[in-house]
Amino acid sequence: MEKRVTFNGWLLPLLLIFPQIFISAVFFFYPAGQAIWQSLFIPDPFGLSSQYVGLGNFEYLFGDKYYRQSFATTALFSTLVTLTSMVPALFLAVLADRLIKGAGAYRTLLIWPYAVAPAVAGVLWLFMFNTRVGVVAWYLGLLGYDWNHVLNDGEAMGLVVVASSWGRISYNFLFFFAALQAVPRSVIEAAAIDGARFWRRFFTIVLPLLSPTVFFLLVVNVVYAFFETFGVIHTITSGGPQQATTVLVYKVFADGFVGQDLGSSAAQSVVLLFLVGALTIVQFKFLEKRVHY
Amino acid sequence: MTASVKQHSSGMVEKHGKSLWFTHLLMIIGILFVFFPIWLAFVASTVTQPEIVSPPMPLWPGSHFLENYKKALFSGVNVPVSTMLLNSLIMAIGIAVGKIIISLLSAFAIVYFKFPGRTFFFWTIFLTLMLPVEVRIVPTYEVVAGFGLLNSYSGLIFPLIASATATFLFRQFFMTIPDELAEAARVDGARPMRFFIDIVLPMSRTNIAALFVILFIFGWNQYLWPLLITTDPEMNTIVMGIKQMFPSGDDVADWPVIMATSILAMLPPIFVVVSMQKFFVRGLVDSEK
Repeated sequence: MEKRVTFNGWLLPLLLIFPQIFISAVFFFYPAGQAIWQSLFIPDPFGLSSQYVGLGNFEYLFGDKYYRQSFATTALFSTLVTLTSMVPALFLAVLADRLIKGAGAYRTLLIWPYAVAPAVAGVLWLFMFNTRVGVVAWYLGLLGYDWNHVLNDGEAMGLVVVASSWGRISYNFLFFFAALQAVPRSVIEAAAIDGARFWRRFFTIVLPLLSPTVFFLLVVNVVYAFFETFGVIHTITSGGPQQATTVLVYKVFADGFVGQDLGSSAAQSVVLLFLVGALTIVQFKFLEKRVHY
Repeated sequence: MTASVKQHSSGMVEKHGKSLWFTHLLMIIGILFVFFPIWLAFVASTVTQPEIVSPPMPLWPGSHFLENYKKALFSGVNVPVSTMLLNSLIMAIGIAVGKIIISLLSAFAIVYFKFPGRTFFFWTIFLTLMLPVEVRIVPTYEVVAGFGLLNSYSGLIFPLIASATATFLFRQFFMTIPDELAEAARVDGARPMRFFIDIVLPMSRTNIAALFVILFIFGWNQYLWPLLITTDPEMNTIVMGIKQMFPSGDDVADWPVIMATSILAMLPPIFVVVSMQKFFVRGLVDSEK
């Protein structure tokens, strides 16, 4: 798409575009290039020189049990976060869509968690499940369940999943609600006249019409789970216990800044670059031709 | 008769009576669940430490609201929370305003000019869509450290203001501005920047507002980046500072103050989202398209 009417001159547009290009070059392209470059070297222990190792860092990385485990952890984590944030959101949106009065007020209340930072959400959930003072942990104890996410892998994963999904429920709700409002009433009424009950109408008519929104949210939530949940994991588990909640992005941080293993961290950044690229392409594919039935 | 007509006109699938109340009830239960973590944090910020450390803590607010918030705001744990709030505010506004300005300018250049390298620059900006800061943290940290920008507002803001999303949004919007306006401006001999300031900017008001909400939240909620580059507690932002308030050893955390800080950390973004709800929902849907 092009404008028919454009202004003349080349100096002005270059000046206008310069700030963005400059910042992109300094803080995006140069660091990304550095990551790729560093991934081919191993610095010596004193940081004075580094040795070219080709793809050695990558070989080492994929040979590392913990790194492969981190892939599995990330896959499990993002699947769970996507489901835990989308299913309740869809349920609430269906409820809100049935209401004429009050839907606006409910929406205003439901968007609150979206504004809460993932790291703050982490602190809130940590407080509820804290093994010493947490209210929920205490009531679980009363029921005979000994909650301890500090030692138990599964409970740690469950807690970071719920804390990460919580704010996303708002986000998904807004998209589902908007999509439901756009479903033509006439179609639903026609089905109702034919005797289709609510759930039948929902599964045979409404859900297929929502499929573009569902697929869009699937992709966006996976991207969220991959890259924006660092705050939750860092505040609640710091990747533990025994790396049970160390997702890929957390591992780049843990190996690069805590472990000071720069070659490996750079190689991990490069792997993530490819993953982001793949996810972006998937995202654009879906946006180009949204799924329709 | 009138009743049945009314019922039909409001659509025959709308629920009435009991079923409607049941839907409201389910909705309210859902909202209570979603709100419980925030409620609990608020309650914890109004009671005393002994009430919290001997579980179960109360589920109804106590009478120490002022005391806890005063302590958090003016003394905090490492640094007064008021300082962290100010840092967060500067960072969030800096990121939102910075992104909007550079994106408006570059989108204007791309849409309204034909100049050498235009396609190349367009794709250069497009590629930055794919690089979240989390992916390139170590080298970006080195660049910022090299510039001597650790523990500075510039270091907090600049690496996060280049992103393609806002540029694309403005580009899309500029495409919908009728060509006749630019034509008329050119015939009148208006210079490009006049046209930009008098026509394009005023027309973009709603888009700017929508983006501001999204970007403010994005900036306010940053965690990893401030965690890396602010080693001086005086430069901590509130979202990353909360975690720093937990003692490292076996000491017991000062829960009332930490929870008061959590509430303070979520109020500004909640205020922005709720008060600018219309813009926010629109901006959200647009920027993801």
